[in-house]
Amino acid sequence: MDLAFLGETFVTLLGGVPLLLQLTFFSVSIGAVFAVALALMRLSGNPLLDYPARGYVFVFRGTPLLVQIFLIYYGLGQFPEIRQSIAWPFLRQPYWCAILALTLNTAAYATEIIRGGILSVPFGQIEAARACGMSRTMIFRRIILPQGLRTALPAYGNEIILMTRATALASVITLMEVTGIASKLVSETFRAIEVFACAGAIYLFINFLISRAIAWAERRLSPQAAPQSAAAPEPAR
Amino acid sequence: MTATTAAVSLKGLRKRFNDLEVLKGISLDAAEGDVISILGASGSGKSTLLRCINLLEIPDEGDVVVGGEAIAWKPRRGGGREPADRGQVERMRSRLGMVFQNFNLWSHMTVLENVIEAPVHVQKRPKAEAIAEAEALLVKVGIADKRNHYPAHLSGGQQQRAAIARALAMHPKVMLFDEPTSALDPELVGEVLRVMRALADEGRTMLVVTHEMGFAREVSDRVLFLHQGVIEADGPPAELFTNPKSDRLRQFLASHLSA
Amino acid sequence: MGYFELMGFGPKGWGLLLAQATLMTIAVSVTAFAIGAVLGALLAWARLAGGRGVNLAAETYVTVLRGIPDLLVIYLLYFGGSSALTSLMKALGNDGFVGVNAFAAGAIAVGIISAAYQSEVYRGAFGAVAKGEIEAARAVGMGRMLMFRRILAPQILRFAIPGLGNVWQLALKESALISVVGLTEILRQAQVGAGSTRQPFFFFITAAALYLILSTVSGWGFNRAEAAAMRGVRRA
Repeated sequence: MDLAFLGETFVTLLGGVPLLLQLTFFSVSIGAVFAVALALMRLSGNPLLDYPARGYVFVFRGTPLLVQIFLIYYGLGQFPEIRQSIAWPFLRQPYWCAILALTLNTAAYATEIIRGGILSVPFGQIEAARACGMSRTMIFRRIILPQGLRTALPAYGNEIILMTRATALASVITLMEVTGIASKLVSETFRAIEVFACAGAIYLFINFLISRAIAWAERRLSPQAAPQSAAAPEPAR
Repeated sequence: MTATTAAVSLKGLRKRFNDLEVLKGISLDAAEGDVISILGASGSGKSTLLRCINLLEIPDEGDVVVGGEAIAWKPRRGGGREPADRGQVERMRSRLGMVFQNFNLWSHMTVLENVIEAPVHVQKRPKAEAIAEAEALLVKVGIADKRNHYPAHLSGGQQQRAAIARALAMHPKVMLFDEPTSALDPELVGEVLRVMRALADEGRTMLVVTHEMGFAREVSDRVLFLHQGVIEADGPPAELFTNPKSDRLRQFLASHLSA
Repeated sequence: MGYFELMGFGPKGWGLLLAQATLMTIAVSVTAFAIGAVLGALLAWARLAGGRGVNLAAETYVTVLRGIPDLLVIYLLYFGGSSALTSLMKALGNDGFVGVNAFAAGAIAVGIISAAYQSEVYRGAFGAVAKGEIEAARAVGMGRMLMFRRILAPQILRFAIPGLGNVWQLALKESALISVVGLTEILRQAQVGAGSTRQPFFFFITAAALYLILSTVSGWGFNRAEAAAMRGVRRA
């Protein structure tokens, strides 16, 4: 066990972590915004909104992420119209292509997660809100969204972890996040097992931190699941 | 040496769950042909007692003897004891028929398949023979037309009758009923009690944990009243129901015999 | 050249090569899924019935393989394996780089990842089997092997089908990653075509369509299997 080598490798690989975090953070957050919109389209009851959203989810969940990345990074360049557009300075760079692909991909999965969360709110509670005279927007904002998010949190946490794993694919289009740096190191030192094992450890640690954060968020958001305090007030007689 | 061996003989059974002692030294002999009803409040230990007979629960102390054969014990890692010979346990179980409160029919098999499963795979009888007998049993319990249906498509009463047919198919020496009608809607209870009554009339040995006082009074030869893990009263139904000697039994009957 | 001529089965068309690549994708995915099924069942058994050490080892396995990128596992097995093999050859006197077979490395890599997911599916399916039915099996004198064969296994498989359908789709998509170590499945073939004709969009769109077709057909297959397996179960 060459500890010196492992140590050096570790430090070198850490250099890729900022990029990994950027890719994850941007894609997840922008993807979440798309996903809420898509979920609302799916739940709208209007086929003109529902079917395109369904189609989007179907295509992006049914094809491999790597194919989506290649389509955007290599494929779009085939069209002169795109090469001459204002988007080209971004679309020719691997960084923006990766973010775009990751965003579009996570939006599709997150749509179903958010939809599931919204649907999980018991209908009785919505009826009670209607009976109180709440408008549809208010019901969504005060009753559905808070509870839906709480239900969706575990699945969404899982999706975030899947996204950190997915960022490794960015290395295939030359981005030097952790896996990219690891590949380069292996091609220089030929010590594949040690380098990749180090890289794996880094991913595991990041995912561990994310799981902890999600668990904390779940606890914060679920006061009704917390144990009753001993000094609960007696109802007035 | 007794002239006739008891069908089931229990001596000094004790059983605790963590800190709670549920059976505090139960002894019981059931002769062949006896129909014994076991009554008691929830928590009195009656289901546990029944389940000790076919070793679904392991008594901490005491002897379990079925058809003259005693269960052999050995000490268990971590304290307590366990049956010394798993083969003996399985053999004994295949001679006892158990009917559960929640029927517990195997949901991936049809009614007929449920009934022939143990005869064919545990008792190794020929399939054709098992099927013929199963059909006859299903006629007997009154659900022959449901033989190719899955349990989910049957009412509670039909499922329980199928479960009784399943138990009968094993040619059991003794039948154990664990609150067989407690999970049924009131209007379905009658059809199951009718089948059980017919079995009693045939001379089967039956141990029945039940809340159905009518059955206990009219069909059983003997009634046991359990209270907090001890047999408080044991005797013919006429005696126990009309002249309860124990105060607790009197209270129990009063609360359960309301019109 | 128009799109359809490019993808067709004519003399200049790539249709035949893409069709062969599709078969390769199916082959490697099926192999990986099968490896995952066997290993996943063992892991589930370890977590359900194993002692503390075995249980912990299985749990660690699942956590690790679901926490690291699939690409990394493929690289590890391919480059790590090749590295080990080259050293072995060198020790035996043969110099020069020895590459591990891409199909094998890829199938095993995707397989060991799939095993982690499949073990969770089997565990959940086991939990769904009604405890009462297991009790009835014990009450009737069934031994452990008989009970597993006649009561547990059929029911576990039945409840596992939806989850396994998802895991299969994962394996199908992960197979695309094996292209990076040179296996000529759909994505690799599309890359070759794209490089050769400088029409990357057409080739990758075709690749996407092929995966969608495989994914949809698989979905139908699993839905039918689920319907067949669930006859006799009343559902909400």
